[in-house]
Amino acid sequence: MTDFKVNRRGLMKGAAAVGVGLSAPQFFVSGANAYTNEPTGGSVTLGFNVPQTRAYADEGADELRAYELAVEHLNGGGDGGMLNTFSSKALTGNGVLGKKVEYVTGDTQTLSDAARASAKRMIEKDGAVMITGGSSSGVAIAVQGLCQDAGVIFMAGLTHSNDTTGKDKRANGFRHFFNTEMTGAALAPVLKNAFGEDRRVYHLTSDYTWGWSQEGSIQKYTEPFGWETAAAVRTPVGAGDFSQYITPVLNSGADVLVLNHYGKDMVNSLPQAVQFGLRDKQVNGKNFEIVVPLFSRLMAQGAGDAIKGIFGSTNWNWSLQDEGSKAFVKSFGQKYGIPPSQAAHTCYCQTILYADAAERAGTFRPSELGKALEDFSFDGLGNGPTDYRGSDHQCFKDVLVVKGKEEPASQHDLLEVVEVTPRAQVEYPADLLGGELGPYNDGA
Amino acid sequence: MISILKKRSDIILLLVFAAVVASGPVLFQPIGAGYPDLLQKFAIFGIFAIGFNILFGLTGYLSFGHAAFLGVGSYTAVWTFKLLSMNPIPALILAVIAGGLFSLLIGWVSMRRSGIYFSILTLAFAQMSYNLAYSVLTPITNGETGLQLAQSDPRVLDVAFGRDYGAVLPTPDLFGINLSGYPGYYFCGALLIVCFYISIRIFRSPFGMMLRAVKSNQNRMNYTGLNTRPYALAAFVISGMFAGLAGGLLAVTDPLAGAERMQWTASGEIVLMTILGGSGTLLGPVIGAGVIKYFENIFSAFNENILLNMFSFFPEPLQHAAAWVAGLFVGEGWHLTLGALFMIIVIFLPGGLMEGAHKIINLFRRKTDSDGPQKSADSAPAPAE
Repeated sequence: MTDFKVNRRGLMKGAAAVGVGLSAPQFFVSGANAYTNEPTGGSVTLGFNVPQTRAYADEGADELRAYELAVEHLNGGGDGGMLNTFSSKALTGNGVLGKKVEYVTGDTQTLSDAARASAKRMIEKDGAVMITGGSSSGVAIAVQGLCQDAGVIFMAGLTHSNDTTGKDKRANGFRHFFNTEMTGAALAPVLKNAFGEDRRVYHLTSDYTWGWSQEGSIQKYTEPFGWETAAAVRTPVGAGDFSQYITPVLNSGADVLVLNHYGKDMVNSLPQAVQFGLRDKQVNGKNFEIVVPLFSRLMAQGAGDAIKGIFGSTNWNWSLQDEGSKAFVKSFGQKYGIPPSQAAHTCYCQTILYADAAERAGTFRPSELGKALEDFSFDGLGNGPTDYRGSDHQCFKDVLVVKGKEEPASQHDLLEVVEVTPRAQVEYPADLLGGELGPYNDGA
Repeated sequence: MISILKKRSDIILLLVFAAVVASGPVLFQPIGAGYPDLLQKFAIFGIFAIGFNILFGLTGYLSFGHAAFLGVGSYTAVWTFKLLSMNPIPALILAVIAGGLFSLLIGWVSMRRSGIYFSILTLAFAQMSYNLAYSVLTPITNGETGLQLAQSDPRVLDVAFGRDYGAVLPTPDLFGINLSGYPGYYFCGALLIVCFYISIRIFRSPFGMMLRAVKSNQNRMNYTGLNTRPYALAAFVISGMFAGLAGGLLAVTDPLAGAERMQWTASGEIVLMTILGGSGTLLGPVIGAGVIKYFENIFSAFNENILLNMFSFFPEPLQHAAAWVAGLFVGEGWHLTLGALFMIIVIFLPGGLMEGAHKIINLFRRKTDSDGPQKSADSAPAPAE
């Protein structure tokens, strides 16, 4: 068909094209970087990768607010928030290591592909030296793997699956948020006291790593006192209408429904379950009960009256009365006019913890900065004394068991803290969840 | 005489195309797209769109399920990495084969109908594959979380050749060249050029002519006693193989496969790319793929801070107002911009961006060349279906 004869014109063009092609990559190899995106100017760039659309968009929006507030405080703006109560005093409000903190944002869409593309843009184009964000464990794990390959630190935002610092843990990844193992350990005794032993449980579970993990942890900690699983049904994330999943619950013979749903999924599924009359039912001679293992104030707000009396666990709640929480709620409220959610809190903490570790290590180099975070003990960030365990990069702190308030005082005052489960009760050995950290990667 | 002209213009087209691909990092730098990940996406979705165009542009069969082949390619490639070797060559070969076999299966059933029924059938098959990958086949696909590599994967071939990755998680590499970043882009770019060449050959071949005949009037073809289905099916399988290759490349540049790659929105996206660029033209689909990926990655990243900086020449209140209005179209609102652009193009340029390019070229040509209008009628692409 097409006859590719070599003539002078073609040869010259081809040679020119090859020449451009060969010279192009050299263009961008800027000297010998000691590590990926080493900040050389007067500023350092952080990447905030949060869901701005789809099922976890509310959490994502609140996370972004917290990140912006944290950056403001790091650069010396505002009232300083939790920097004033934080036990480490390395940060002075003069940026980090004398560099002004700047940030770029991206939309993860709660999709692994989109989240990784967005994180790659931040690393390759915008020169971000740290990526943080989450709101879905699937996405957090995917982005954590990417950051490990690229040689930047990943500070996980809201991600609750065991796998993030268990099976899929990476040296460059760190998590402040708690996990389903801790939720199970904290929630189970409270459930036993409230609902008694010998229950038949129906699980509706978000069909991805967090849902599986949450379902497993609840089963693990409730089965010893005689709760048995009647059925465990997986539902797609972002289903919108859960009626087809809730109808079978009515005739299943179960007397407890555990909703392993988060974000808009829970906002949709819980009111539907209540509308179907589940909570007014008597099964096996017992009141039918609903449990939402991972609770947040944002979800409670979305689900309205349906949350009254529902048990769950949370990482942090704005009604806490320690100095750190009060300072954070005050400066967040002043800037945005609403109290922060647990997602906002953990993201704020992660940013501060990263900046503090950089300051103490004297560098942004992942391997040295990571060492500064490992086995770091701190206080004053709203959760009481907290440890960053070095062997799996997971934070250990008290866990809150909460209940939807029957008589809310305001539209934000929706959760009451039933019990603060002490850290010792939720701690587990690091090798319990498997996985391997591997070595740090500093990148290019 | 005309055929020789055609040949020479094709060679020039291919060479210019290769030059653009080779100089991508420099060329796209000014518009903020000269970073490896986005360039890789340009190349990969360019391949996907070229393949789709062989089906849709030539035969007129509108498949709404091509993302399924992309996903199959990705899963195959990641599994090859896990089981055989981190070298991309076996992964890509198997991805193309898997894409081809899967499209043969779906095409064989769907091609019994044409028009809207064909589209619905492919859509249904793709959604089925998506749901299978999302929940039923979780042991193979790892569901929503996505299939990822692990340190403990067997990697039989690598072990046999004594390749040890140590304690770190391996990344795909071509005999020692790591395929992330710019090397990854040039790897994809080289394959894009090869695919573009194949596409030119198909367009100019008797087989391509037959496919165009299927598009213009299939009934008449059948009445002449010619069975058109094998031709259309062949086009479907070829485009499925292109999609498998693209899916494999996605896994090569970033070794993770997620079910959302197979969702109907992903299938719709490739249709948009092709129509936006100009279906039935050689270059159009590649350009369309580039435009959509550019919007998805760059426009969605604008936040309030960037907008406020952009409008900083305005007085304070006006600055905030301008940022607010512009904010509707960027960040989370990037779909809105894309939708508006798509509407404008479909209404005013049914032949896609390529028709726009031809119009502009002809505008200049008319001034200097008296027989311009005749040529323009000759070269104008067929409007999209």
